[in-house]
Amino acid sequence: MHLVLFFIFGGFCVAGALNLLLQRHPINSALSLIVVMTSLAVLYLLLGAEFLAAVQVIVYSGAIMVLFTFVIMLLNAQREERTHGSRAAYILGFPGAAALFALLTFIFISNGKSLGFAVLGPDMVSTSQLSSVLFRDLLLPFEVTSVLILIAILGAVALARHHEPHKDESKTQGKER
Amino acid sequence: MQSHPYTWNYLPLLIQVVVAAGLGLAIVGLSWLIGRGRASKAKLDAYECGVPVEGDARGRFSVRFYMVAMLFILFDVEAVFMLPWAVIYRHLPVLTGSRMFGFWEMVVYLGFVVVGIFYVWKKGILDWTNDRGDL
Amino acid sequence: MNFWWFLLLSIIKIAVVLVILLTAVAYTVLLERKVVGRIQNRWGPSRVGPFGLLQPLADGLKLFLKEDLLPTAVYKPLYILAPVIALACALTSIAVVPFGADIKFKGVDLFQIANVNIGLLVILAVTSVGVYGIALSGWSSNNKYSLLGALRSSAQLVSYELALGLSLVGVVLRAGSLNLRTIVDVQATHGALSWNIFGGFQIVAFFVYLTAAYAETNRTPFDLPEAESELTAGYHTEYSSMKFAMFFMSEYANMITVSCVATLLFLGGWSSPFGHLFPSFGPVIDAILPVFWFVAKVFFFLFVYIWVRGTLPRFRYDQLMGFGWKVLLPVAIANIVVTSLWLGFTRPL
Repeated sequence: MHLVLFFIFGGFCVAGALNLLLQRHPINSALSLIVVMTSLAVLYLLLGAEFLAAVQVIVYSGAIMVLFTFVIMLLNAQREERTHGSRAAYILGFPGAAALFALLTFIFISNGKSLGFAVLGPDMVSTSQLSSVLFRDLLLPFEVTSVLILIAILGAVALARHHEPHKDESKTQGKER
Repeated sequence: MQSHPYTWNYLPLLIQVVVAAGLGLAIVGLSWLIGRGRASKAKLDAYECGVPVEGDARGRFSVRFYMVAMLFILFDVEAVFMLPWAVIYRHLPVLTGSRMFGFWEMVVYLGFVVVGIFYVWKKGILDWTNDRGDL
Repeated sequence: MNFWWFLLLSIIKIAVVLVILLTAVAYTVLLERKVVGRIQNRWGPSRVGPFGLLQPLADGLKLFLKEDLLPTAVYKPLYILAPVIALACALTSIAVVPFGADIKFKGVDLFQIANVNIGLLVILAVTSVGVYGIALSGWSSNNKYSLLGALRSSAQLVSYELALGLSLVGVVLRAGSLNLRTIVDVQATHGALSWNIFGGFQIVAFFVYLTAAYAETNRTPFDLPEAESELTAGYHTEYSSMKFAMFFMSEYANMITVSCVATLLFLGGWSSPFGHLFPSFGPVIDAILPVFWFVAKVFFFLFVYIWVRGTLPRFRYDQLMGFGWKVLLPVAIANIVVTSLWLGFTRPL
C-alpha cells in the first residue's frame, strides 16, 4: 500500500513540477506548485514524518503559496510571452541539466549505502519524539530561527516601504479605495 | 486497543479528501446538466450593478495586502514551532533537568518575535488608514 | 485485522458522516433564518412543510434548476475549480473530529473517521488551504467586487489564522498532545469543572479562538468579504446556481467544523458536564449519551453564531485588521506565556 501511494503521489509531484514549467499563465504555475507541495507532504507522511507533513501543508501550501497567489493577484500578472529562449540555454542548459541528472543518479546508485536510507513503512515518528530532540539537542538552531524570523520581518518592511514618501503619497492613497 | 497499524488511520482521511472533491465536482457537473441555459450577452457580462462594464477588474492594489501575506508567513512559522514545544512542555523539566528551562527557552524565542511585532506596529504597517505609516 | 474490512468500514463511515454533515448544513441555514427572523420580530420561513422544515429541500431544488452562467470575462478553469476547492476543504476537516467516546467495532473507531495523532494540525492545515477557494474565485471572476472581496477575505483569513493557531497552544500545553481524543480525555475527569474553559483557565484562549473562528468563517461581525452594501456579494458575485450554493454550503460546513473544534478543545468534547456523578446506564446508553452531549454543545455554538449575527453590526476593514494583529495576536501570545508559567509551577509531569 505504501509503495502504491508513493508512486501515485510521486507521480503527482513530478507532473505538478512539469506543469509548473510548461504553463504560461503564472496563476496556473502557482497552482501546480501547490500540488507539488501538497504531494510532498503525503510523501513525508509515507516516510513516517506526520508532523512534518502537516507543517508542510500549513507553511508551504497554506502560507508561502498564498503570498505567491497574492502577488499574482496584486500585480495583475498576465500570460507570459513565450520567447524562444537564448541560444545559450539550448547549448548549455539542456546538456548541463542532463549531466547533473546523470551525476545524481550515478551517485545514488553507486553510493546508496553510505547515503543512508529512508524507509517507506508503518513506523511513524511521534510529535513528542520530534520535540524532545528539538528542544534539548537542537536548542540553539531553534532559538536562532526566531532571530531569523525577526530579520525577515525587518527585511519585508524595508522592501515594501516606499522611498520617497512625499512624491508617492497621492498614488498609494487612491489604489485600494 | 488498535488492531491495525497506525498508518492506516490516514487512509480514511485521504478517502475523505477524494470523496469531498468528487462531491464538489459532481455538484458542478449536475448543475451544469440540469440548469437551464438561456444566456445572453448582457447576462454574461461582469456584474457591475446594472451599468455597462467599465474597464478590466484586475488592477494593482495596495501593498498592504502583500505585507499581510508576508508577515503571515513569518508568524505562521513561529506559531508552528510553538506546537511541538507545547506538546512536550510538561515533560521538559524531566528531560532537561531544570524546572523552568522549557519556559525560558520559549520566552527567549517569543521575545524576538514580540520585538518583530512591536517594530511592525510602530512602523505603521498594521494601520490601514494611517497615512503617517511607512507604506 | 483485514485491510479490506477496514477500508469498507471507513467508506461507510465517511458516507454516513457526509450525509449527516450536508443535512446539518441545510438545516443550519434554516435555523439561521428562523432565529434571525425571531430576533427581528418576524416568522422566518414557515410555508414549506410544517414550521418551514422542508424549506432547505425546496431551496436546494431551486438552486439546481437555476441557470448556470459562465460569464465571458472569467478565467474558466479556475472559475469552476474555486467552488470545488472551497467545498472540498470545508468537508474534509470533519474527518478527524471524534463525535463520541472511544468505542470500537471490530477494531474500527465507531465515532471518528480518522484517529490521527496530529488531528489538530490536520484541521489547521485544511483551514489554511481553504483560502484558495476564496482567493481564486475572486481572481478568476474578473469582476471588481469579486476581486476586492477575495483580497479582503484572504487577508482577513490569514491574519486571523495566526491568532487562531496561537490560541490553541494553551490547550495543547495542558493536554501534551495534538490528538483530539487525548485533548478531550484530559478534560473528562471532573465534568464541567475540568473543561479547558474553566479548569484549564483557558477562558481567554476560548474567546480569542471564538473571535478568530468567526473571522475565519467570514461571519458577522467579520463578514466584510460579502459586505453587501459595498461589494454586492463579494467574492461570489459572479457565481450562480449550485456553484454559488457551494460557497454557501462551505461557509456553513466551516461553521459546523469550527463549532465541533471549539467543543472539543474548550468544552470537553463529548464528556458529560456532570462528570461521573451518575452511574452507568448500560453499554448502549453509555455509547449514545456522549454523542448527545457533543451534538448539544455544537448546537449551542451554532446558536451563538446566529445570535451574534442577529445582534452585532459589521466592523470596518481597518478596524478588523487592526483588531486581529494588535489585539488578538498579543493576547494569544500573553495567554501562552501565562498558561505555561502556571503549568510549569503547578503541574510538571
